[in-house]
Amino acid sequence: MKFNRRKASALGALAISAALVLSACGGSSDGGDKGGSGGSGKSVSVTFLPKNLGNPYFDTSDKGGKTAVSEFGGKFSEVGPEKASPDAQVPFINTAAQQGINALVVSANDPKAIGDALNEARDAGTKVVTFDSDTDPKYRDLFINQATAEGIAKVQVDMIAKQIGDKGDIAILSAAANATNQNAWIDLMKKDLSANHPNIKLVDTVYGNDDDQTSFDKTSALLQKYPNLKGIVSPTTVGIAAAARYVSDSEFKGKVQVTGLGTPNQMRKYVEDGTVQAFALWNPEDLGYLAAFAAKALVDGTITGKEGDTFKAGKLGEFTVGKDATVLLGDPFQFNKGNIAKFNF
Amino acid sequence: MTETLVAPSRRSTAQRVVSTILTSRESAIAFVLILVVAAATLNTKSFLFSEDGWRDLLLTPAILLLLATGQAVVIITRNVDLSVGSTLALTAYLTGRLFVDNPGIPIVAVVAIGMLAGAGLGLINGLLVALGRVPALVITLGTLYIYRGVVLSWAGSNRINASDMPDGFLSLGTKSILTIPVLTILALVVLGIVGYYLRTARGGRELYAIGSDPDAANLYGLKVRRRVIGAFVLCGALAGLAGVVYAARYGTISSGAGQDIELQAVGAAVIGGVAIFGGSGSVWGAAIGAWLLITINRALPILGVQDFWQQAVVGALILGAIVLDRVLAARRSRKLVEARDIA
Repeated sequence: MKFNRRKASALGALAISAALVLSACGGSSDGGDKGGSGGSGKSVSVTFLPKNLGNPYFDTSDKGGKTAVSEFGGKFSEVGPEKASPDAQVPFINTAAQQGINALVVSANDPKAIGDALNEARDAGTKVVTFDSDTDPKYRDLFINQATAEGIAKVQVDMIAKQIGDKGDIAILSAAANATNQNAWIDLMKKDLSANHPNIKLVDTVYGNDDDQTSFDKTSALLQKYPNLKGIVSPTTVGIAAAARYVSDSEFKGKVQVTGLGTPNQMRKYVEDGTVQAFALWNPEDLGYLAAFAAKALVDGTITGKEGDTFKAGKLGEFTVGKDATVLLGDPFQFNKGNIAKFNF
Repeated sequence: MTETLVAPSRRSTAQRVVSTILTSRESAIAFVLILVVAAATLNTKSFLFSEDGWRDLLLTPAILLLLATGQAVVIITRNVDLSVGSTLALTAYLTGRLFVDNPGIPIVAVVAIGMLAGAGLGLINGLLVALGRVPALVITLGTLYIYRGVVLSWAGSNRINASDMPDGFLSLGTKSILTIPVLTILALVVLGIVGYYLRTARGGRELYAIGSDPDAANLYGLKVRRRVIGAFVLCGALAGLAGVVYAARYGTISSGAGQDIELQAVGAAVIGGVAIFGGSGSVWGAAIGAWLLITINRALPILGVQDFWQQAVVGALILGAIVLDRVLAARRSRKLVEARDIA
């Protein structure tokens, strides 16, 4: 085993440089390679494998990962398929395993399809951390969860309460009527509202089916049906952008607050023109940063994925491993006029 | 003695005009539209009598109006174009990309490129239908998936956001002249030109002849292929224009833009009295049908009808329109038979 590993790490150093050259060709940012010290065994090599390359969301998370890796002096690389199809990540996982990479940080395109490849990599000594999208727990060592349902529900209620002065009628513009995540969040938001915000009245929940046009038209119907509406909460990125677009050039701009979950690129225009004060999502950069530190802690043996294990993640502070080998990033991140310019995803 | 199967009407021109208006399919649909608007306005005054309500009433149907106009022309020739939703998505995404990749590109150029791209896609449909002699239903079902596949692989998970497009273009989506939204004026002008052409021009009348009986039209020496290809090109170009309008109106374009809108376009044409087997109907009817479909969709939530029933109502309208068509057609042929027997 020892003999194998040394041989593998020498090979690995070669292969990493090859991978770096290749990924540079693919247009992605290349990792900060510190003179190919792969043989020393001290430097932790971390490979990020997003769902697909060229996706601004993952560009941002991988940027966070790269920052973290360079902070702890490891070697960073990023590989990934062009398209996010279920098994497209398998060859990249196999390659990483053959290269003897210390840790693989994956956002899974499918909870099962890449499972066998991941387990093979783990048998070869590579630690597997999933982030953003998990696999079945048996295929990975740790999952970095971006947010909990409770956290997502609470931040949205907090934002709308603050924006409308904790008083008045609000409505929810959701995705499809049978969307599991959204329905779970909406239930929690309703509980939070009735428990902590008695003066806010949720008058209606409508469904835009995550379609721009439908969400847009539902917004218009909401505003006409409820003339006293003070706010619209949309726990889906399509919905919030459509609602903001409608409100931004209607007579309701400034009178009806729009908030919910969105991405900075979609919402930038509406935050800048004042339609939207703040909206939330997790910060993918922090997510990647945390995932990289978690990967290092696994490789170093600081944590094993057992519940209650703790590790330090640079500027983000200390984290504790929760149930099912899961680490929670924290409360969702609020984007507003002051910070939106810093994000591009 | 000259034989005429049906005697000319003895009523005066004025009487005939009035009775045509009263009994025409278009005015029946328009009447339903007015009922819907009235019901919604009684329930919520702002549906009609607020700045946004008035604007939305006129503006929201603009996209479907363009699609239904093109669709009606194709259906009149006894064909159908199911690919318009995918064409819309392609040209809408193209519109966004043009602005992203060529900052400062004039809006007129973008509109022209969008329409040309749509016309190109329509040409592919037309050529396949006219030269391949395969039913348009099958061909355009195929291109529906192919064009959508192209958008999916081109756009992937990316989307065009409002901040990617210039303000001048986006404001087209809401700007009004004399309280009439610019995009609505655009759609109405297009409708007017196409409607006038169909009613008065030789080419337009030939489309009806082809739809009534393609074989007879062929025997008579009409250039059936060329006319059918032309209808598809027009339909594609209008779908392309609708794509540009979509980008201006909604400000966000993902690869899923305009999904299922082709069925609404066909539905609008059928509700508006365009016979699905070709040869009769008008783009005016299709346009009012589009207006009705969209307005019903907007009015039902205000009236408190649930989502599922909204779709059921649209379905009932389409069925009703087709049943009405059959009844009218049966009555007409019975009358013609009677007239022949008397003669």
